[in-house]
Amino acid sequence: MFNIPLFPTEASTTASRVDLLFFALMGIIVFFTALIFVGVIFFSIRYRQGSRASRKGATSENLKLELVWTIIPLCITMGIFAWASKLYFDMHVPPRDAMDIYVVGKQWMWYIQHPEGNREIDELHVPLGKPVRLILTSQDVIHDFFIPAFRVKQDVIPGRYTTEWFEATKVGEYHLFCAQYCGTGHAQMVGKVIVMQPWEYEQWLSGKSSTGATMSSSGEQLFTQFGCVTCHKSDNTGRGPSLIGLFGQKVKLQTGQTVVADMDYIRESILDPTAKVVATYQPVMPTFKNQIDQAQLMQLIEYVKSLGKQQTASKGK
Amino acid sequence: MEASESTDHVNYLNNGYGVKSWLLTTDHKRIAILYLISITIFFMIGGFFALVIRLTLLSPEGTLVSADTYNKMFTMHGITMIFFFLIPSIPAVFGNFLVPMMIGARDLAFPKINLLSWYVYIVGGMFTLTAMVMGGVDTGWTFYTPFSSGYSHTNVVPTVIGVFILGFSSILTGLNFIVTIHKMRAPGLTWFRLPLFIWAHYATSVIQILGTPVIAITLALVGFERIAGVGIFDPNIGGDPILFQHLFWFYSHPAVYIMVLPAMGVVSEVVTCFSRRKLFGYRQMAFASMAIAVFGFLVWGHHMFVSGQSVYAGMAFSALSFLVAIPSAVKVFNWTATLYKGTIRFQTPVLYAFGFIGLFTIGGLTGIVLATLPVDVHVHDTYFVIAHFHYIMVGGAVMGYMAALHFWWPKMTGKLYSEGWSKLAALILFVGFNLTFFPQFILGYLGMPRRYHIYPPEFQVLNVLSTAGASILGLGYIIPFFYLMWSLRKGKTAGDNPWNAKGLEWLTSSPPPTFNFEKTPIVNEEAYAYTDGVFEEDVAGG
Repeated sequence: MFNIPLFPTEASTTASRVDLLFFALMGIIVFFTALIFVGVIFFSIRYRQGSRASRKGATSENLKLELVWTIIPLCITMGIFAWASKLYFDMHVPPRDAMDIYVVGKQWMWYIQHPEGNREIDELHVPLGKPVRLILTSQDVIHDFFIPAFRVKQDVIPGRYTTEWFEATKVGEYHLFCAQYCGTGHAQMVGKVIVMQPWEYEQWLSGKSSTGATMSSSGEQLFTQFGCVTCHKSDNTGRGPSLIGLFGQKVKLQTGQTVVADMDYIRESILDPTAKVVATYQPVMPTFKNQIDQAQLMQLIEYVKSLGKQQTASKGK
Repeated sequence: MEASESTDHVNYLNNGYGVKSWLLTTDHKRIAILYLISITIFFMIGGFFALVIRLTLLSPEGTLVSADTYNKMFTMHGITMIFFFLIPSIPAVFGNFLVPMMIGARDLAFPKINLLSWYVYIVGGMFTLTAMVMGGVDTGWTFYTPFSSGYSHTNVVPTVIGVFILGFSSILTGLNFIVTIHKMRAPGLTWFRLPLFIWAHYATSVIQILGTPVIAITLALVGFERIAGVGIFDPNIGGDPILFQHLFWFYSHPAVYIMVLPAMGVVSEVVTCFSRRKLFGYRQMAFASMAIAVFGFLVWGHHMFVSGQSVYAGMAFSALSFLVAIPSAVKVFNWTATLYKGTIRFQTPVLYAFGFIGLFTIGGLTGIVLATLPVDVHVHDTYFVIAHFHYIMVGGAVMGYMAALHFWWPKMTGKLYSEGWSKLAALILFVGFNLTFFPQFILGYLGMPRRYHIYPPEFQVLNVLSTAGASILGLGYIIPFFYLMWSLRKGKTAGDNPWNAKGLEWLTSSPPPTFNFEKTPIVNEEAYAYTDGVFEEDVAGG
């Protein structure tokens, strides 16, 4: 109880960069706070009523001084802005080799799926030294996936995907908090992030949290079960376009616009199929909105992603 | 001075004693007193909620109240303090009392609208209070969707109706001030002779008029979605939850300046009076107030750096947020420079003003931390943010309010309060405030999220420290209540101008007559024309 922590652990590649910026800011804060405190205290004692300090030459205007204390703070803040923007940008662009992990937030728990098929609740196992990209969505209200030791935080929003990435640098267990107020159980929507050596992580993957089927194979099952396969034929002869090689490509729509077939597009096409219909196809697909949950949607997306990697003859059509 | 005659003359307080003479008054000074009483009641209610919050957080298991009750407590604390105390505080009480007097007018431009604004405030307050008594509301004062519009099981609709109605009160007050300041200044009182208090209220009124309609319509849409199920914010029915945040902060960020700009005006009045100096950089100070009002409308997106808005939008809002800090910094530097070669008297109002300068500096500089994108990602929605905005709103706005209360109390009531007790209270407030909120900066950087009634045990010591500070802070608010009440009955007669202050409000008697001035004053000097270093007889004190 008397072991009072004053500073959080740094356990990701981002953490030390954020902290460095924070310390620079602290330096600025301490300097200016001291300047003002010392100024107010010193002047008010030196020029207190009854003191004999000379008041000669007191003025109430000095444009040069005004410019100085406008321009100096301006330069400091713009410097901070440039530094901060670079880091913020890096925090939004995951490395190309980042592994994906899927997270669904709901009142009041975190449901996490690994592409290998492992599923866990309120716990997130990740390997040391490997960039991880979380793909997040919510089933109900807005949540927020916050890992203080990694200095990362991202709102988890219903109706769309957000992402958050980190690379852990220290083996251990760290707090996971929901940071966006979400109702009664908000403070209980907490968990652990467990950073493991890569070989331990491999072992864990084949352990008891494994479902035996990868996310994309579960997605493939759903693809058959919901009858998607009857229209989205792989040889492009169905009533819907083939999904082979689709993921990440540009798609031409009926309206003449082009969209990139990313996660949000696939998701929208399943839930609200008539919103963006591919050119030359008819808007005949029914919605699957009330038949499919967020976790299943992610499996389907993982399946469509895996199809995207298949290079086929139909590509380029 | 003419201390003996002050309470004998007919003034705004003794020209009628009946209930009707108060409830149907159109005298801006009486309306100010009505507001003073009402917001004090709301401040006590909000303070009670704060007490429950701090007591619950004494233990990491949150044993005092249930999760649902705790959620209602912080929600109602925020709603009461922000909408029903801070936003009306200085404008509706001191602005109402002083804007006409400082510009040499008999009343505001629209006295009946002024009274209407108080009634609107009360009706809005009744709706919200009823919602609280009926079981409360648990959405957070931010009413984030889709939680508020579809998931909360509490009294969201009556609460937002209350806040919706309240907004009109704010708009009417702003409208009244703008027209009054434009049209009713005394002869010779040009724009650049106006006290900074007037500039501050002008800037505040602009924000109230332009911003409040947006929050009103936004909350109406929340109610509409909740009742009628029309998809505006809930993605399940075709809405966009982030849209709500844009609309909400478009008002609620400038609202921070509604709270703090008038306090800055107060500090300019008080610092000049107690240092016997003209304000340093008068024009820069006036422009800074207006710049804050304008830039304040362009920074709302800094509340949304982790909401999933685009990276480039985040950068633009960050840059603009840094810019809005500059005029605030200019103000702090100018106040400090005003003290240079002044003749400083340490009386209670200036102690509060110094408190404002110090705490606002810390609040403002930690605001820079929040404008810094990557750092904000870490501290967003943690206690760091809580600490920051309490430094601005309590350390800044409430300190300014206390400075105003102690500076103009003799003018409003004709009585002097105890100098010793009031200095002690100012000191207790300053110490209690820092003890309460400084530990929260550390808690925030450690990662303790806001709105948690249970938390990991390693955060306990800092939370206990914060609660201990809060009890000292509470004492600092209770003491003034008693000595001010005491002064009404037993306080010494104040005289017209106990602080030897400049400004037209000090030319008339205390308490002022109903129409403020025997004859309209004519102004032929700048604001704060204190003759440097020269000191007239000091009748205040004791």
